[in-house]
Amino acid sequence: MTAGMTADQAPGAVADAAVAAILEASVRPAPGAPRGVVVDSPPGAGKSTLVVRAARELVASGERLMIVAQTNSQVDDLVDRLAAKGPDLSIGRLHAGDSRPAPEALRHGNVTASEKVADLLEHDVVVSTAAKWQWVRTEAPWRHAIVDEAYQMRSDALLAVARLFERALFVGDPGQLDPFTVVGTDQWAGLSYDPSSSAVVTLLAHNPAIRPHRLPVSWRLPASAAPLISAAFYPYTPFRSGTGPGERRLAAAVRADGSPVDAAIDEAVESGWALLELPARHTVRTDPQAVAAVAAVVRRLLDRGLTAHSEQGSAPVAPGRIAVGTAHRDQAAAVRQALAALDVPVDPAAGPAVTVDTANRLQGREYDVTVVLHPLSGRPDATAFHLETGRLCVLASRHRHACIVVARAGIAELLDEHPSTEPVQLGVAVKFPDGWEANHAVLAHLAAHRVPLS
Amino acid sequence: MSLLSTLARLQAVRSGRAEPLATVRHRHLSERPMVVVPLAAAGEAGAPLAVMLGTDREAPRLHIVPQPLNRDQRFDFLARFGADLLPYLESFADEVEHVEGTERDAGTGERTPVVRELCADAPQLIVPNTGSVQHLALIGRSTRFRRTAEDADPGPYPAPTQVPLLGRWLTHLTDRAQVPGSSLLLPMTALLSRHWATGQSHLEDQHLAALLAWHVPPAGLTGAEAAERAESERDAHGQLVRPSAGPATDPKFDELVLAPAIARHDAALAAARAAAPADAARAELLVKRAAEQLHGVLEQVLLPTWADVWQGLDLLRALPEGGHVAERWEGDRWSFTGHRDRLAAGEPPQPKQDDAVTAARKLAQREREQVRLEVQEALDDPLAMAEHRLAGEAFAGEVVAVVPEYDTSGRSAKPRPLLVVHTADRPHADAGREVHRVGAATPQRGVVAGFDPDGGTVTVRVVSGMGRRKEPEPGSLPEVGERVVFTLFELTPRQSAPLPDPEDTPWTHGGPPGAAPMSASSTEEWE
Repeated sequence: MTAGMTADQAPGAVADAAVAAILEASVRPAPGAPRGVVVDSPPGAGKSTLVVRAARELVASGERLMIVAQTNSQVDDLVDRLAAKGPDLSIGRLHAGDSRPAPEALRHGNVTASEKVADLLEHDVVVSTAAKWQWVRTEAPWRHAIVDEAYQMRSDALLAVARLFERALFVGDPGQLDPFTVVGTDQWAGLSYDPSSSAVVTLLAHNPAIRPHRLPVSWRLPASAAPLISAAFYPYTPFRSGTGPGERRLAAAVRADGSPVDAAIDEAVESGWALLELPARHTVRTDPQAVAAVAAVVRRLLDRGLTAHSEQGSAPVAPGRIAVGTAHRDQAAAVRQALAALDVPVDPAAGPAVTVDTANRLQGREYDVTVVLHPLSGRPDATAFHLETGRLCVLASRHRHACIVVARAGIAELLDEHPSTEPVQLGVAVKFPDGWEANHAVLAHLAAHRVPLS
Repeated sequence: MSLLSTLARLQAVRSGRAEPLATVRHRHLSERPMVVVPLAAAGEAGAPLAVMLGTDREAPRLHIVPQPLNRDQRFDFLARFGADLLPYLESFADEVEHVEGTERDAGTGERTPVVRELCADAPQLIVPNTGSVQHLALIGRSTRFRRTAEDADPGPYPAPTQVPLLGRWLTHLTDRAQVPGSSLLLPMTALLSRHWATGQSHLEDQHLAALLAWHVPPAGLTGAEAAERAESERDAHGQLVRPSAGPATDPKFDELVLAPAIARHDAALAAARAAAPADAARAELLVKRAAEQLHGVLEQVLLPTWADVWQGLDLLRALPEGGHVAERWEGDRWSFTGHRDRLAAGEPPQPKQDDAVTAARKLAQREREQVRLEVQEALDDPLAMAEHRLAGEAFAGEVVAVVPEYDTSGRSAKPRPLLVVHTADRPHADAGREVHRVGAATPQRGVVAGFDPDGGTVTVRVVSGMGRRKEPEPGSLPEVGERVVFTLFELTPRQSAPLPDPEDTPWTHGGPPGAAPMSASSTEEWE
């Protein structure tokens, strides 16, 4: 625990102090201060709010600003937020020729979209993906940049865009998924600028004067989840929830029908967690029974008319407030098909829909209730991919109220049979906690909320 | 591992034989490959012990280091290895074709036509396994900075002239081997595993003799039995009947055969040095005999692997070459030509470590080539495409209806016809997903307009590749009854974004690379 973070201080005050220090460092840097400011943010700690505030203050101090995010949906989200919170800002949305920005981003009067950066140079803020920024050729670089989800950005992407700015604020969640590549990169392991490593790792290696700031309060995670996520995934940088026990509550309008699925929902309503456990079995990736169980949980969540009570008021848990997370795309596709067969809306183009996606794509998203198909469910082996700490962390930290994990029994045994065997590379900092340890921590917690499905 | 390769492995377990994973050969095979089987000495990383090489399977040539810890002998060996290998590599340098291209002027940005040389063919090295590739890379790393007697400052231990040149070639070849789909340097185990599945694990597949045992098991044995025998059968002296394919040797061989032979050679050498002039001739003879004995011992342990590599080549040659293999081989020829030119221009050896920009550039190239390789393999080979179809990333079927429709939102109407495809596949064809037609005359994109999994029909709205008129160009659309394949992935890799020049490396990556010292430290123990 840091000195400024004691239990008796109100979470709001702790968080405000942290944010004020970050804004001070990025908007009014001391002479000789490092050119980068890094902010580590646990899940839901107000990262997006910080980005919006920093953007407004930088513009207010007379700067033009570029913002780099990693995916098109992150950019659209950010533009939407910026435009809503800062109606006085003129915002440019730079996009690639083959991808139109989402309508939410374009509904604001102060947003201009273009494929050409030349059309947007006069705007206060220009937002785009790292992939698009890499192609920008311009004679007038921005002085300031904000890099959002910087831990997801690869070092080589930063190498290609860093020429565009002089100073930058890097904001991201170190506990989420590391960037990856499908080709071998062993030859660069241990180099400070390993192109496949995260942009922040490279930045910090070359700029040792940068001391990362931290956001100490998660506003998303409920009191039932923050201690577990903090202990399992951020053991050396603990955080706490912005709300206390009992401040968030779920209520079901329809009583349980006695099925295991409803029992799991009740458990999650009660405690914030549930593990719906299928019998142990080795299965194909798109395990039909597990997929059916996930779909049934979502169907019942909707049928039982949940209402979410929180500090933001009370609202029904509509399809748009529910997400299903998987490890693989084919699993997500299978769940989507199973949901469609149960008449659950899954197509966002046709109205509010349940989000079904992989951990990679759920990063940065927030829902009331999540249903997670455990990455190790039904697997005969525990590969580095499935053990990756960030994957489980993303899946287990998207919810404001409750998370229901669907898995086959036997994951603990599987973990014990597959201790991690990745070679240790010289010069590469060992990541703590490793996936093995984090998986066990989460499983141990879920064991108390287990509902067998036979 | 994909569902299809898992299935092939299960089939191999049942049949006891290797099962095909490909209908065509996905790698280029030279008509005159150089087979190289290197051995490393235990105890010191990357210390060479022997190498057997040649382009004629009947005439392998063997070079050995009689005392692997002796630096003089090691560099003498490397000089002989270089003298043997370099003429083969250089024999491809002279025959060139001329390719017209354009070059952008750095100052004005104008494009001017240039004619570039491209070597008509390139060398190809075949080694037994990926361990051998790593071993050659280590040799390359330890030799490319060696100073020779021809250098201005030869240092205390000048190496023979071929040695740094060998190191630069080995570095280039092993670096190129990291590029997916490249064929300048290929490990046989990887080649065989790409084209056939065995009923054993990936780890076991790295043992060349065991892998081959699944292809040609002796009569009466299943592949699994033959593989186990290949891995573990020992003769009366405790030696493996099928020695390890290297670069590491079997510890029992080291202990019982190699170490005594080296000791005898060392003793003979010491005796020769101490011998009185009258006994010199006899002592020399004993040294020669000890060396011959060592030579014989290593030859015995290398010959089975040598034969295995050639047998693997026979198996692969029986497969017809994939349609895009020649295109990828052209990339290898450019790579070879580029290195030839760098040597001719007198450029310094490859640096110890890539700088930030070079590393990023290489990573981008490898990722691009990986995408290209996967797409091209799928286009060349129905079995490779079947993996994508099973994964829901592609679908094949018959066109049952073509509905002409038009986009009239613009100034002139554009064709936006609907294709209804009947398929037994289960693609992840959510409405709005972009799909690409395989085998269209010009690249053709479509958007999924509907998928009915029960009826097995996908409706695709074709949006490009139909010419500029209101009506689609004749032949640009498939007809009713025609078989089509659509993929959910793009059929051409995306261009990589431009990177700064190394001297413009930004502050986030430590700024421009400094002038790193190039010479190897000379404080190592020499003998």
